[in-house]
Amino acid sequence: MIIDINFIGLIIASIMASAVPLILASCGELITERSGVLNLGVEGMMIIGAISGFALMTVTGSLIIAIFGAMLAGVLISTIFAFLTQTLITNHVATGLALTIFGIGISAMIGKNFVGIPGKEFPVLFEGLKDTIPLLGPILFGHSIVFYFAFALPFITSYFLKKTKIGLIVRAIGDSPESASNQGINVRLVRYACILYGGAMSGLAGAYLSMIYTPQWIENMTGGRGWIALALVVFSTWNPIKILIGAMIFGGLTIIQFHMQAIGVRIPVQFLTALPYIVTIIVLVVISRDSRKIRLSTPSSLGKSFHKDN
Amino acid sequence: MHKFLIRSFVSSLVLLFTLTVAAVAKDVKAAFVYIGPTGDHGWTYQHDVGRKAVEAAGFKTTYVEGVPESADAERVLRQLANSGHDVIFTTSFGYMNPTNKVAKEFPNVKFEHATGYKREHPNVSTYAARFYEGRTILGTIAGTMTKSNVIGYVASFPIPEVIRGINSFTLAAQKVNPNIKTKIVWAFTWYDPGKEAEAAKALIDQGADVIAQHTDSTAIVQMAEKAGVYAFGQASDMDKFAPKAVLTSVENNWGPYYVDRVKAVANGTWSQKDTWHGIGDGMVVISDLDSQMPADLRSKVKKLQADLASGKVHSFTGPIYDQKGNLMVAEGKTADDGMLAGMMTYVKGVEGDIPK
Repeated sequence: MIIDINFIGLIIASIMASAVPLILASCGELITERSGVLNLGVEGMMIIGAISGFALMTVTGSLIIAIFGAMLAGVLISTIFAFLTQTLITNHVATGLALTIFGIGISAMIGKNFVGIPGKEFPVLFEGLKDTIPLLGPILFGHSIVFYFAFALPFITSYFLKKTKIGLIVRAIGDSPESASNQGINVRLVRYACILYGGAMSGLAGAYLSMIYTPQWIENMTGGRGWIALALVVFSTWNPIKILIGAMIFGGLTIIQFHMQAIGVRIPVQFLTALPYIVTIIVLVVISRDSRKIRLSTPSSLGKSFHKDN
Repeated sequence: MHKFLIRSFVSSLVLLFTLTVAAVAKDVKAAFVYIGPTGDHGWTYQHDVGRKAVEAAGFKTTYVEGVPESADAERVLRQLANSGHDVIFTTSFGYMNPTNKVAKEFPNVKFEHATGYKREHPNVSTYAARFYEGRTILGTIAGTMTKSNVIGYVASFPIPEVIRGINSFTLAAQKVNPNIKTKIVWAFTWYDPGKEAEAAKALIDQGADVIAQHTDSTAIVQMAEKAGVYAFGQASDMDKFAPKAVLTSVENNWGPYYVDRVKAVANGTWSQKDTWHGIGDGMVVISDLDSQMPADLRSKVKKLQADLASGKVHSFTGPIYDQKGNLMVAEGKTADDGMLAGMMTYVKGVEGDIPK
């Protein structure tokens, strides 16, 4: 076993590539949750994005149509969730779970005709620069545009929430929809927008899986990544920058584990599979012990329905 | 009144008789129970290809996909048996007990269980494929084609089927190239494209230039294509997913067996059997050999294929030692089916331990 610096670069690059769908879906869900809406349908929206992206790519042959189509599909399916929870005021948890089940089912149905078709190669940027810098070369160069977008997204999200007016409105609604409503803000409209945005990002995360990461369609191919993305939002205590770190840890676990196996070190796999959730529970326990921390990080109205007339 | 009763009794008897005759003469209906979705392009997909062959042969078929290996399986089986199916194929190991249990309740329905060993009632048969014969061919190719002498192997779960495959592969690779090392990574999944790709990537980063797999998705061959190393297709011909990487594939070909068995039910010649077919019977099929392989290797592989089919060569021919150096199969002997069915130790040359 040679520990060479480029080898470490390769491992880090693999970890980053596996973190991309988690970052995208988590950053989307974070905005949704910041507005006070808990959408447990991430896995369902992701898989809809995966099949839509793959199907559009196969049918139209255009990667751009496929990527934007997947995002649009995520928007459309999250519109169902938004309509149910915001207009018909249904329970967030139950509706979100239903959305996941619905997404998995309908993606399998659409996907029947797309099984066994190889995907197209997705262009990567700066491929030629990969070998120019040791260690950093494979980390920085030779990735898809979605990869670079994903790593910029936490910073954009952070800026949006802290520095922009709309970002402040989103946070205000998440903390107290009543007060925001009294200020003349259309709570329902903003929440709709946040849910739809979350859907778009989950859709993009799914398209990354079926078009770039493993270019193919297979039923259930998201493999629980939507749930990890949800856990990640809690893990990050609703802080986009921490999502970046969390996604690297959660995504990296599997890859490090495989490398250790190949070297000959054994760790119980079941433990590693459970680790993201265990860590999330620990984080929850830690933050809930400190009431100030809860107030500062958790959107107070998270998961609660808002009746405008009350 | 009496006359009426007698008349209706007689007429119902006649009706019953006609119905019975109709039932005997009616078409044979076959049902298939799948563990996964038919869209997995792997295990279940191949069984469904077999089912379509039965349809093409003129029989009616139905299938239920995604059936868990639990009490649900019993419920599904009972329902299929109740709804006029004459033969039911249960295509996953975990259906073994439910199949036998339900078979007892429906002695007139034939049950065919894949990869199991329990035949507790005369209406239960079992069948499996000798995939390890295909892996002997893959090992021969891998051992010849590797330049780094490191061969990667993505495994699913530590069960005899998978360990037998690893052993058969490694023995064949060592035979053509004593310097090779087989690095094994357990993915603990049958199909999760993301995870499988990550496992393959880890092996490639650690120097493997040929990747074999015992998981079902095409993610591994695609990763190999991207990285510029060789790989083998699993369960179906995966060449179109990675034309440069895939040297050949081992295909599961259930169709002929299914057609055969359903025909036997139709003719009334069905009887209990334990079938374990390999290359010779066409249940294990080797896809076209890639032209990147040197001509002499291709002809060598063709000959090996023929010898495995005829039984002249056996994948497990002694002397075979386990990792600790204990003799498993003596010189000149071959491993019997009992040993193959319960194989839970690595042969010498495989690195690492079998995970618990």
